[in-house]
Amino acid sequence: MYTQGLDQKDKSAPQRDTLETPEQLEAFQARIDAEEKIEAKDWMPEAYRRTLVRQISQHAHSEIIGMQPEGNWLTRAPTLKRKAILLAKIQDEAGHGLYLYSAGETLGVSRDAMVGDLLTGKAKYSSIFNYPTLTWADIGAIGWLVDGAAIMNQIPLCRCSYGPYARAMVRICREESFHQRQGFDILRVLCEGTPEQKAMAQDALNRWWWPSLMMFGPNDADSKHSAQSMAWKIKRFSNDELRQKFVDVTVPQAEFLGLKVPDDDLVYDEKSGHYRFGEIDWQEFIEVIKGNGPCNRQRLGKRRKAHEDGEWVREAARAYAEKQAAKAAA
Amino acid sequence: MNSNDALLAYVLRLGDNALVLGQRMVELVAAYPELEEELANANFALDYIGQARMFYAYAGELEGKGRGEDDFAFLRDENEYRNVLLLEQPNGHFGDSIAKLVLFEAFYLQQLEALVHCTDKRVAEIAARAEKEIRYHLRHNTQWLIRLGDGTAESHGKAQQAVDNLWRFTGELFAADEVDNVFENEFDGPDLFRIREKWYATIAAVLDEATLTMPEDAWMASGGKAGQHSEHLGYMIAEMQYLQRVHPGANW
Repeated sequence: MYTQGLDQKDKSAPQRDTLETPEQLEAFQARIDAEEKIEAKDWMPEAYRRTLVRQISQHAHSEIIGMQPEGNWLTRAPTLKRKAILLAKIQDEAGHGLYLYSAGETLGVSRDAMVGDLLTGKAKYSSIFNYPTLTWADIGAIGWLVDGAAIMNQIPLCRCSYGPYARAMVRICREESFHQRQGFDILRVLCEGTPEQKAMAQDALNRWWWPSLMMFGPNDADSKHSAQSMAWKIKRFSNDELRQKFVDVTVPQAEFLGLKVPDDDLVYDEKSGHYRFGEIDWQEFIEVIKGNGPCNRQRLGKRRKAHEDGEWVREAARAYAEKQAAKAAA
Repeated sequence: MNSNDALLAYVLRLGDNALVLGQRMVELVAAYPELEEELANANFALDYIGQARMFYAYAGELEGKGRGEDDFAFLRDENEYRNVLLLEQPNGHFGDSIAKLVLFEAFYLQQLEALVHCTDKRVAEIAARAEKEIRYHLRHNTQWLIRLGDGTAESHGKAQQAVDNLWRFTGELFAADEVDNVFENEFDGPDLFRIREKWYATIAAVLDEATLTMPEDAWMASGGKAGQHSEHLGYMIAEMQYLQRVHPGANW
């Protein structure tokens, strides 16, 4: 998911960029064009490195923050089987966070530094996780829509030009597609259930549909910073292409469930074979990115509290390791 | 008490212990001090929920009234739960969680090791699987208790306080009642007196390595095994059972 990071302007001072020669840049681009994988020790332009650090760390942060909206229903999951599946999913997300931070570290940034940027609010995470999970059906909607949108974004990342990121994504995509099926299954059972359960499913679709479409980032016309990422083959498809693909795949699934997509402008265009859909409320998207979504403060507040509450534990582990090392040396 | 009733009651206790502890661990998801510990907690909680499901499924078969795992978990009131009081205590800080896990798992591992050799085949099979899981948990959690005890002055103080606070709930683990006695005699089940000796030796060694002091045995709380719980269990169960209670008979 979470490629919204590509649309932010690179604000870091390009100090080292000035040392890069046109020959180096040309040779680098030739490798990219030949579909070679760039590895951690290879020469790379500073801007390429920074773009990847931003995207990979944002992706990692999204996995970690994304544990919270789902964790909100873990204690109330309706059956033991559903509880175990949800717990396994959340555990996978913590695992994805770990490999992504490791992939980020291959670019010379420590995990502590990346986590530090999340906690101070400097680094972003996907806007979707700033929406609340209000009913059990939201857990289904997150799996179906949010993980579904994530897969659309992430499958092309398996062919990303940066090797460590591409390889991490292969494993992540396999798990995400399992999560998506589980989410759809939660909604399928609700839609086949009581009228109250079906209403719960419709309400979840009503609330999650538009924020899911926003996950692909701004329209191409407004996404000026993604051209370079396309040239570097970090990004393979434009925001609008991926969003269209998501809508085309998802609308028939909603119909299968007997749910109505909350968009009066949604129509199937026979000629193009695509669904045409209404305008996204970009003002809402901008507000959520700026920190004014329903749960931004709550999500970051909980992450900060966990980090602060754990400080004495991390200190204890360090102190113990030092004592052991001193004993071994003596 | 006949042997069938004792077997059912014993299996339900095992299931209740696993579920109540698993649910407390689930409450901590997304609040751990390190990502690696987040993974460990989720993984261990999954083991407990898995064990609860196996014990409840078997309890349903033994009872023969058509109840399944979710009936036991979601449709019983708190006084029908038979977990030990130690496990329903609310979560505190990381040191409280670690101390609770070490105190319980040092017992549970011995219990499972004994159950592997009991004459009820199903209990022995489930115990064989659970034993491998709990052996790993105990090793991991013991290492943490040692780190906290022998870490900084602050962590030492917190770990000692956690052990002191929880100590009064350890007596119930070994207080044999009729269910334990019948199960021991009829199914070659665990001898709680012997388990206590081994537990005591294990805990003494861990606390010693952690530079912590073993609390003096004083008054011990009990009642959980007889369905008399602390106030805390009711809230946990109310939260856990909410959807099943609000939508009776629905499928999920």
